[in-house]
Amino acid sequence: MIEIRFHGRGGQGAVVASELLARAAVMNRLHAAAFPFFGVERRGAPVTAFCRIDLKPIRTHSEIYFPDYVVVLDPDLVGMTNVLQGLKPDGIVLINTAKEGCDVRGVKWGKVATVDATSIALKHGLGSENAPIVNTAIIGAFSKICPQVPLESVIESIMKASPGNKEANAAAAKEAFEGVKGVW
Amino acid sequence: METYRDLPQSTYSLQTTESVRTGTWRTFRPVIDTKKCTRCYTCWKFCPDLSVDVKEEGDFPKVDLDHCKGCGICANECPTGAITMLREDTIC
Amino acid sequence: MLDLMTGNAAAAKGAMLARVEVIAAYPITPQTSISEKLAEMVANNEIAAKYIKVESEHSAMAALIGASYVGARTFTATSSQGLALMHENLYWAAGARRPIVMPVVSRALGPPWNIWTDHMDVMGERDTGWMQFFCENNQETLDLILIAYRVAEDKEVMLPAMIIEDGFILSHTFEKVDVPAIEEVDFFLHPFNPDVKVNFRKPRRYGSLVMPDWAMEFRYNNYLAMEKAKKKFLEAGVAFKKAFGRDYGDLVELYRCEDADVALIVAGSAAGTAKVAADRMRERGRKVGVAKLRVFRPFPTEEMLRLGEVVRTIGVFDRSYTYGQGGAIYGEVRNALFPLAPDVRVKGYIGGLGGRDVTEAEFEKMYDDLLMIARNGSMQKDVEWVALKDGSWRW
Repeated sequence: MIEIRFHGRGGQGAVVASELLARAAVMNRLHAAAFPFFGVERRGAPVTAFCRIDLKPIRTHSEIYFPDYVVVLDPDLVGMTNVLQGLKPDGIVLINTAKEGCDVRGVKWGKVATVDATSIALKHGLGSENAPIVNTAIIGAFSKICPQVPLESVIESIMKASPGNKEANAAAAKEAFEGVKGVW
Repeated sequence: METYRDLPQSTYSLQTTESVRTGTWRTFRPVIDTKKCTRCYTCWKFCPDLSVDVKEEGDFPKVDLDHCKGCGICANECPTGAITMLREDTIC
Repeated sequence: MLDLMTGNAAAAKGAMLARVEVIAAYPITPQTSISEKLAEMVANNEIAAKYIKVESEHSAMAALIGASYVGARTFTATSSQGLALMHENLYWAAGARRPIVMPVVSRALGPPWNIWTDHMDVMGERDTGWMQFFCENNQETLDLILIAYRVAEDKEVMLPAMIIEDGFILSHTFEKVDVPAIEEVDFFLHPFNPDVKVNFRKPRRYGSLVMPDWAMEFRYNNYLAMEKAKKKFLEAGVAFKKAFGRDYGDLVELYRCEDADVALIVAGSAAGTAKVAADRMRERGRKVGVAKLRVFRPFPTEEMLRLGEVVRTIGVFDRSYTYGQGGAIYGEVRNALFPLAPDVRVKGYIGGLGGRDVTEAEFEKMYDDLLMIARNGSMQKDVEWVALKDGSWRW
């Protein structure tokens, strides 16, 4: 079973990202579950969402403490929250940033992948300058670093369940998949 | 606080809800056009969050942006249509 | 049809597939999306139901009692404070033998204010005469609504039913759900057709006064109906398996209990977590099992006694506290197993209150504790609070 934690800001679509990723896994004939951090949410405040993917049915209902992947939708969050909390020793971080080889908290983490999801999202008309909707781009990028969720499944998931312009979201995911940099 | 022995009998907070800036929750913001406003104070009466301020009788009502959640009831009730709801991210 | 959906979406789907006719619901976190989804479905004509906008949960139940009397299949949903507000009308619905089905998205009651899951809300209503079914996952949430209508509307039962899905953990979590086709559901669930129906040409009073000399007999009939519901649930579960492939033919689902030294009785979403912990213990050579409590009302006394014949050390995990004898399920299990004492030992564990997470590691510790009790033949504490911040490092 792999466990993924998403860090975003209210309005960026972290929760939808976790749902679309879970759908993609199910479309790839796996089992999946997705849930937000259970609590009162508001626009602009940090949001955490989670996803579990497994070959077998997922029975556990406890929270995720030691994720295998951490996905950060907003690079500002790296300074605000401890996005690395609990990340497994060989875990991978995927950050939405234009900077390559991103230092997370000044400490070079072993496996950091980066993608400029913001530019890609804006290029495809997703959201606005102040509030880009990066979630579909980020899960496109995620499929590059995670073999359990191939790009075709992510696209299928977006075309089925993404809010907004499905084609634009799918195109953003594809472009982000191509644009992932880093070492993992 | 480390154990249950360190807790008070029940919860209480040290400040009132005024300290919670619920204005950050808004997606839409009410804008009052003083040219159309007749100072009937219907908006002040109907606001469920006490977020329309009228300091003195005769003043134009002002929206308390720290607390207004953007529900739009004021705009809906205003008899002269003086209140418009604008999306937050379109306001510079 | 396989889909990924939240528990609340599954509940709304269940209501749609059951072809409910009257819905009256008031929003409350974490139930709100059920009433929203149903309102959407009614507006889009996906369901031919009348949606009554009521001003409180108390009114919601009142409206449904009335609608049920006219012969409509009725549905609502609520949580914690809302369920408590409905309280007197819950007694009304059961006493009036109205087969209303209601998902309760379990949530703690304040103060301290709390929006997360806890079973105290439903345990506070266990004496109302309502049936109570617990869901382990979103699939069960959908399926149990269909089974509930079939059991509730049976002429020998005619009792209302609560379907309990844990707040946030199930209600807001996306899980795989196989949604049956409505045509298939129509074979499993026939239209509601009660014998006693309000007739506007022959008006009567319903729920009217009884003198003390016949009061007990009415209550006794309700008791018989609740007992009958056990058999009806098992029959419905078997029929459900025939129709849809998923087995609900038990009031208590036994997981790896056949040769277990110890077992944990768990109700709700935590049962899934307990099963994962049980598998881990088994990998370490420890013989443990999970007895998932599916049906709490009617209480499965016979099933508990059968479990006690096989497993001699039983732990009960409660997401509630009664201020009497430990948690709600513990007290009743211990009571049911009294004929087997002192050969069977029962220990209660209180945990997960107010949405506190219950982890696989904590369940493994409970199993270790039970195994030690089985070895020593005695226990230090009858009831223990799991992972309580008391300065000890026990958990």
